[in-house]
Amino acid sequence: MRKPKTKRMYLLFACLLCFGAAVGLTLYGFSSSLTYFLSPRQVAAHAPPAGETFRLGGIVQTGSVRTTMNGQAPTTRFAVTDGQAAVQVVFTGVLPDLFREGQGVVAIGALGPDGTFAADEVLAKHGATYMPRDVAEDLAKSGKWNPAYGPPPTEGSL
Amino acid sequence: MIPELGHFALALAVALAGAQGIIGLFGPNLRDARALIAAPLLAASQAAAVAVAMAALIWAGVVSDFTVENIADFSSSQVPLLFRISGVWGNHDGSILLWCLILALCGAAVAVAGRDLPASLRARVLGVLGLISAGFLLFTLTVSNPFTRIWPPPLDGAGVNPILQDPGLAFHPPVLYTGYVGFSVAFAFAVAALIEGRVDAAFGRWVRPWALVSWCFLTGGIALGSWWSYYTLGWGGYWFWDPVENAALLPWLTGTALVHCAIVVEKREALKAWTVLLAIATFSLSLTGTFLVRSGILNSVHSFAAAPDQGLFILVLLGLAIGGSLLLFAFRAPSLAGGGVYAPISRESALILNNIFLCAIAAVVFTGTLYPPFVDLLFGVQLSVGAPFFNQTALPLAAPLILAMAAGPLLPFKRADLAALFPRLALAAAAAGVVFLAFFANAHIIAGLGLAGGVWIIGGALTGLFRRRLTTLPRAVLGATLGHIGFGVSVLGIAGMTLAAQAVVVLAPGQSTQAGGLTWTLTGIHDAPGPNFTRRVADLTVDGLTLHPSRRFFAVQGTTTNDAAIHTNGFEDIFAVFADEPSGGAELRLAVHPLAPEIWLGGLIMALGGFLSLTDRRLRLGAPARRRA
Repeated sequence: MRKPKTKRMYLLFACLLCFGAAVGLTLYGFSSSLTYFLSPRQVAAHAPPAGETFRLGGIVQTGSVRTTMNGQAPTTRFAVTDGQAAVQVVFTGVLPDLFREGQGVVAIGALGPDGTFAADEVLAKHGATYMPRDVAEDLAKSGKWNPAYGPPPTEGSL
Repeated sequence: MIPELGHFALALAVALAGAQGIIGLFGPNLRDARALIAAPLLAASQAAAVAVAMAALIWAGVVSDFTVENIADFSSSQVPLLFRISGVWGNHDGSILLWCLILALCGAAVAVAGRDLPASLRARVLGVLGLISAGFLLFTLTVSNPFTRIWPPPLDGAGVNPILQDPGLAFHPPVLYTGYVGFSVAFAFAVAALIEGRVDAAFGRWVRPWALVSWCFLTGGIALGSWWSYYTLGWGGYWFWDPVENAALLPWLTGTALVHCAIVVEKREALKAWTVLLAIATFSLSLTGTFLVRSGILNSVHSFAAAPDQGLFILVLLGLAIGGSLLLFAFRAPSLAGGGVYAPISRESALILNNIFLCAIAAVVFTGTLYPPFVDLLFGVQLSVGAPFFNQTALPLAAPLILAMAAGPLLPFKRADLAALFPRLALAAAAAGVVFLAFFANAHIIAGLGLAGGVWIIGGALTGLFRRRLTTLPRAVLGATLGHIGFGVSVLGIAGMTLAAQAVVVLAPGQSTQAGGLTWTLTGIHDAPGPNFTRRVADLTVDGLTLHPSRRFFAVQGTTTNDAAIHTNGFEDIFAVFADEPSGGAELRLAVHPLAPEIWLGGLIMALGGFLSLTDRRLRLGAPARRRA
């Protein structure tokens, strides 16, 4: 009866090794690549260190979008606001189809040394009335918008 | 009138599914032959009833009956016919009805194709399927009824979401759902076998074709979805590690493990409890994936059909299905003693290794996908786990899998000799080494590793065919080889995509630019008509080719979408997107994607391999019980 037992020990060892590796990789991944969602208010209160990646969510401030040409590549600057604070964002690349002033947006990137948020990616979901969930919750928390009372705030209210 | 008929058929289907569940599960204990015949008949009539309901909804969509709320909200009279039909499942209520239809058809397929099964097992399998059907049909009928009427009806519908107005919608959801739902049959077999307390080689032989069919569809569905999101800009390329994508990947990973370890049950009667657990886990992950996304618990860029208010009903259904089956497993698993002794170096061990790694990857992806909602729920902290996490964790675990994948099929069952194996793989190893060195020399280390991995897998698979006559090989062996080659081709494509070059430029008509080693010239911009949109088309010349990326304006929704122009030669895609039209020209995203077509070609080859394996004589001839005696 020795044989099946050694077989099982070897299997157990292989499983432990592999799942140990999985757990280790997961913890390492969590420690290095989790990104937090912050609203402009939270950035104004406690700005994360320059270079640390996070997700910035809010409304594209009306009248803040400026596109300039950097050689042949377009660079867009805009402000993301939650009604209490605004963060300047700079992004080079193609903006989503539904990126508009007064619409909800999530930008992924990091703060630069000058306090401008350099976005690697800008997300706006498909659907004209869509509000990113994180943004909706945050606006509701800050008292700027209650989803029960109609569409999200636009130009005048912010 | 027709929608009411559909509504009635849906209600009828709930009753039939309930009867199928109860008679199927408890009938075999009655020692009454009628109870055993009833379950297949009920399964067939339930499938017919759900099909009538689906047909009624499609009819309402085709004739644009806007008194039906679902049609008024998600269709319009200007939408082309294809999208009036496929738009029916492009929203929450309709997509769940499609899900139920496929589940009912699976039940009918078991009723028809399972004539060689022992009558009591077939009744119990159909009973389990009936109970699942009953739960989700009841959910459709009470909480998300697609036949709800509105009065007064609007003059015109709100229209299909412009992003969904794509042939992809017609094919991707049905194929993907068939993959998801097909695993319900493997699940039902596992639960029925646990109830009967009998899992043997015959179980492996019965469950494997069903698991394999669903696996093929799931592979095809994922490949189709990936291709769709690739050519539709804004969905983050071909793979985004988005919760919806992970929801499809998880059952694929465990389903792949299931398809492999069922071989061990069938040939060697070992790993029985593990196979049963995998069958339960795969369908549980399918259910969780479909409905966590639908219930709005997971946040995704692809979900068009969120309905957060219905979360509780779904959670209760999930809890009953998953908790119940796991409880049954906990009670019955200790009685499933495995047989078959094998050495540490053998085909069995290789298949176990495959399972360990696939499940480890699944565990990592599962953790990464569900961590954010849990942290939000427990601590109120909003964070996200993005692509870097999944790349850092899943890829290192995939590397040993790829290494072992070439060797596994070359090992014989019971006991193998590594010393005899190495010379056979020398050629594949040499080819992979040359590929790696060629890219390493150009400082493309990641791409070199990936491409070498792909070459290694394909080389290993071809080694298995070396000096064997193809015409006499069992189709199962050919299918498995083709499946492995397909995976290798996908790996090549994914590795090649890391070498992609892209540029974002604004060009005025007549201007040129350089990107990816090609010269791109904008020759002009013009307007063009479309069915329910107008188009603005950019004419691009790239080294003698002409590309026409366009922007579509949908007046009804006030939305703009991009229609990418792709020129492919089978090994490289030239990809152009007309992103915006600022004053003085067109904003264009230009890219060259090496080996991109191989990603989906590989998926197609994998699915074909699965289907080829299904035509094997062994699986077509039924009655395995007799052969065992």
